[in-house]
Amino acid sequence: MSRLIIMGGGVSGHTAATFAKKWLGDKHEVIVVTPNSQWNWIPSNIWVGVGQMTKEQVTFPLAPVYKKAKIDYKQAKAVSIHPNGKADNDDAYITIEYTEDGKVGQTEELGYDYLINATGPKLNFGATEGLGEGSNLGEHTVSVCTADHAEHASHELEKIFAKAKAGERQKILVGTGHGMCTCQGAAFEYIFNIEHEAKKAGVRDMIDIKWISNEAFLGDFGMGGLHMKVGGYAVSSKLFAESLFAERNVDWIIGAHVSKVEAGNIHYELLDGSTGEESFDFSMLIPPFAGVGLKAYDKAGEDITATIFAPNGFMKVDANYSAGAYENWKASDWPRTYQNPTFSNMFACGIAFAPPHIISKPMSSPNGTPINPTPPRTGMPSGIIGKAVAHSVCDLITKGDSAKLHEASMAEMGAACVASSGKGVFNGTAAAMTVYPVVPDFEKYPGTGRDTDYTFGEIGLAGHWIKHILHHLFIYKAKVKPGWTLIPE
Amino acid sequence: MSTRKEEANFAKSDQFNLTMLPGKFAIGLRTCKIFQLFRFVVINIKMLIVVSKSH
Ligand SMILES: Cc1cc2nc3c(=O)[nH]c(=O)nc-3n(C[C@H](O)[C@H](O)[C@H](O)COP(=O)(O)OP(=O)(O)OC[C@H]3O[C@@H](n4cnc5c(N)ncnc54)[C@H](O)[C@@H]3O)c2cc1C
Repeated sequence: MSRLIIMGGGVSGHTAATFAKKWLGDKHEVIVVTPNSQWNWIPSNIWVGVGQMTKEQVTFPLAPVYKKAKIDYKQAKAVSIHPNGKADNDDAYITIEYTEDGKVGQTEELGYDYLINATGPKLNFGATEGLGEGSNLGEHTVSVCTADHAEHASHELEKIFAKAKAGERQKILVGTGHGMCTCQGAAFEYIFNIEHEAKKAGVRDMIDIKWISNEAFLGDFGMGGLHMKVGGYAVSSKLFAESLFAERNVDWIIGAHVSKVEAGNIHYELLDGSTGEESFDFSMLIPPFAGVGLKAYDKAGEDITATIFAPNGFMKVDANYSAGAYENWKASDWPRTYQNPTFSNMFACGIAFAPPHIISKPMSSPNGTPINPTPPRTGMPSGIIGKAVAHSVCDLITKGDSAKLHEASMAEMGAACVASSGKGVFNGTAAAMTVYPVVPDFEKYPGTGRDTDYTFGEIGLAGHWIKHILHHLFIYKAKVKPGWTLIPE
Repeated sequence: MSTRKEEANFAKSDQFNLTMLPGKFAIGLRTCKIFQLFRFVVINIKMLIVVSKSH
């Protein structure tokens, strides 16, 4: 019997765990170590953040699902990896620390044959002065990155709307809280949901809404932007995004590194080196992401974290980390199997893997401050990579070490994103976008780097319906209900 | 003098002035249920192709 441990039960890890158990059956053991008792469909946190959904509608308890799927579930966080075992024992193991009520702080060693790191991001609020401490959100801004954060954001937003109703002009600032953030799409969706709700509440005229982001141009989305076909033209997402903002009277500041947050005010530096301040009554700023801080040790207890993890804390995989300057970047730099180059029984999926480099053009201010989005690893790629990695591990277990590994390169994979505002069937609207591939391949698709037949964006009710359907489908799938495997990642 | 409501935002800032804004027809299509039902089918098919090309 082999044992597979999956660290992290989010989008990617949960996909890996459920497929691995389905494919391995009772002959092998699948263990998920994850600190939360609830699974969260994170994309719908946006609706929680504007009071259109409750926390309960976007989460469900993991224990019954894992019990049904016969997956061993440890409500704990992984702390360290010991791939060569310890002095008196060669067996690889990880250490975990329980977070479950009644066991909080207890530690345990868990041996493994295969290990998948799907720990996602550390929400690194502490990287910006005043945005928070470590992974904890500070007191001046709100966040929608977790269901609890989103619930809090919604209460704060209610107060803003109440003040606006009472005739007090309000200012809302949404975007990224650091020059190296990713996940612009989430902030983008949130700002338009706020705008929609403000209109619905009849207070739009009393609220100034502004966007601030580290993108060099609106519509970069951490992917260097994209080109799509509109009205017979192939146009840049810059035009598409700017049009959306202008239509909704939402002003923007771009190429900005937020350097300091204080009560009702932020300080920022722009790509041209100038600095500025912006006041706000309500602000949602996405924090930068980092690895969750797992450590690794060799047999003698020597720290080998730098061997397994990149400096940003994400796990090294089969990517080309020495591509060098932007001009040398290629689609083939991106990993295919997500196997760790030092320990072949170790994989990473979703946000937890270290990308070879960013996707957008690297930029910095004359003061040397890097201001560019880091690569997004959205839900669809995270799910697809989780499934591919699970498939590889299952084949290694059942067919032996020579089994061919499954591949899922982000340079050969698309992503679908729907940013929807409003919750009614007919009174919402959405920008539906697909991009193929996520990482542009200029050798294959000269000019745009992407296949413009499958890279498109459009605004309308249709996307809004799709977003609603996806919410229900993905929660259904994550609950491992009948037919769950038929729902694509 | 006739004013087009949907073009008013062009004048609100220099940034807005340099982009494009949808006219009445484009805005109408976004909420036209029959057209959107058709787009729903088209977008779903395109997304399914992207999903299948990605696996
Ligand atoms: C507000 C918001 C909106 C978004 N909207 C969209 C969208 O519309 N479409 C889309 O495609 N994507 C969207 N995304 C991105 C999407 O949520 C991520 O791509 C996806 O969650 C990444 O999956 P993951 O498994 O890598 O990380 P996560 O889903 O974050 O899962 C990581 C898991 O690891 C656990 N963990 C952390 N530390 C440890 C540890 N030490 N040991 C064990 N476990 C640990 C965490 O608790 C978590 O359960 C959005 C993201 C945000 C924040």
